[in-house]
Amino acid sequence: MGQQVSVNPFVLDIDGDEPCLVGGRCVDCGNVTFPRYAGCPKCAGSNIEPIELGREGTLWAWTVQGFPPKSPPYLGANDAKDFHPFGVGYVELPEVIVEARLTESEPGKLKEGMAMKLTMESLFKDEEGNDVVTYAFAPAE
Amino acid sequence: MQSDVAIVGIGMHPFGRHEGVTGMEQGAHAVREACKDAGISWQDLQFAVGGSAAAGNPDTMVSMLGLTGLQFVNVNNGCATGGTALSTAYNTIKAGMADLGIAIGFDKHPRGAFASDRPVHPVDGGRDWYGGSGMAINPQFFAIKINRYMGKHGISHQTLARVAAKATRNGSMNPMAWRKQPFSEDEILQSQMLAYPLTQYMFCSPGEGGVALVLSRSDQAHKYTNTPIYLNAAVMRSRRFGSFEVKASWLPKDDEVGPTADASRAAFELAGIGPEDVDVAQLQDTESGAEIMHMAENGFCEDGEQEFMLERGETEINGRLPINTDGGCIANGEPIGASGLRQVYENVLQLRGGAGPRQVPNDPKVAYTHVYGAPGISGVTILSK
Repeated sequence: MGQQVSVNPFVLDIDGDEPCLVGGRCVDCGNVTFPRYAGCPKCAGSNIEPIELGREGTLWAWTVQGFPPKSPPYLGANDAKDFHPFGVGYVELPEVIVEARLTESEPGKLKEGMAMKLTMESLFKDEEGNDVVTYAFAPAE
Repeated sequence: MQSDVAIVGIGMHPFGRHEGVTGMEQGAHAVREACKDAGISWQDLQFAVGGSAAAGNPDTMVSMLGLTGLQFVNVNNGCATGGTALSTAYNTIKAGMADLGIAIGFDKHPRGAFASDRPVHPVDGGRDWYGGSGMAINPQFFAIKINRYMGKHGISHQTLARVAAKATRNGSMNPMAWRKQPFSEDEILQSQMLAYPLTQYMFCSPGEGGVALVLSRSDQAHKYTNTPIYLNAAVMRSRRFGSFEVKASWLPKDDEVGPTADASRAAFELAGIGPEDVDVAQLQDTESGAEIMHMAENGFCEDGEQEFMLERGETEINGRLPINTDGGCIANGEPIGASGLRQVYENVLQLRGGAGPRQVPNDPKVAYTHVYGAPGISGVTILSK
């Protein structure tokens, strides 16, 4: 029996009650990045700790991916016949603004400033039958 | 305007798709054309700087051109590769290291949007979560940036179409352009929506081509040409903390100007002039929205003024500030190594008065180029006669 697995636990932790994004926080200056880097792009410090990011935020900017991404690197279905456009945007979380897929792909239903909540989307089934998931944001209402 | 360095010869291999011709052969063709234009031979050159992102190490082209022992430096600086080749050549002459050299850019890319062949962000030994999840796609960034900009500054979809229509119209007058068929604004708006609000005909495509520019000390320029074009500034800048750039998986909440505004300011300062002195400009138009935003980032207008500037045709060849007179990236495609040098080639033609049916009227004297690209770099040049 397959189960849900994260595309990469380095950025998406799905082991808790709710999924959460993992970024990096500079211990010296407090700057938060997503993902976690070895050094801080703000103060050039190198003392970085992992930080769980908030799950709710607002839409900062968006588009809709209208053509199949090249594979590699894309892990999802990208045959022209199986491909469905998906939203991509930046969501302002309490700590940092992150780029993510959006579950909504209708331009008329996407608006800057709207409330968004973290969720997961299936990317593909791996060789063991696991459902490999990535992070996405959905309208909160 | 004073300058220590002049462009005395230009050469180009047509842009587009050239089955069976390598990128480097296109570069070598451009070199031969540039030498012919300057009335010199390859043996006369003391140094070369070459740039290519995907078509091989430029210095190996000496086996096609002649093994003269010249100094040949390779540069690879993302979308600013051509600009970096030029600024390196400029600095070599300015520093007094040589009198005569050549800047070369060429490339050949596979079809379709640029894809990342290795992870853009750390993966900690796991899967490429960023590209793997359907991000790391350049058109997304440009679409997201212009979508936000349109809302903030009142830019319409029609204005996006006007930019692309102008590019294809100008391209149709350029024998070196890839796409020579003009499209109407309606055709552009009705083509496939690739990344909202940007449609297929608003985008440039990765392509092929080569450009070479022969540079000399200004005080020797008349040995090679009656119409030397002076290089007053060649500047490159990378991004600062807080600027919104292509392939950013996150953004800080601090708002900072991008590398274009930084490079532009530095170039104007070096040349000792301002945006109001520019007679013709070639600006990075990865897609229509980029040209619109880059008009403001380079100091040619305030945010939002593009709407009426385009409506009044101010950026047409006969307008107040002609932009992308050769059709820009939209009509020429983007062979990364050659793209920035194509802009300079076009400006040299315009300043010499040799641009044929697309010649900017009233004897332009100052010309400006700007490239922008991953991972957040910009290159600017200012030319004068």
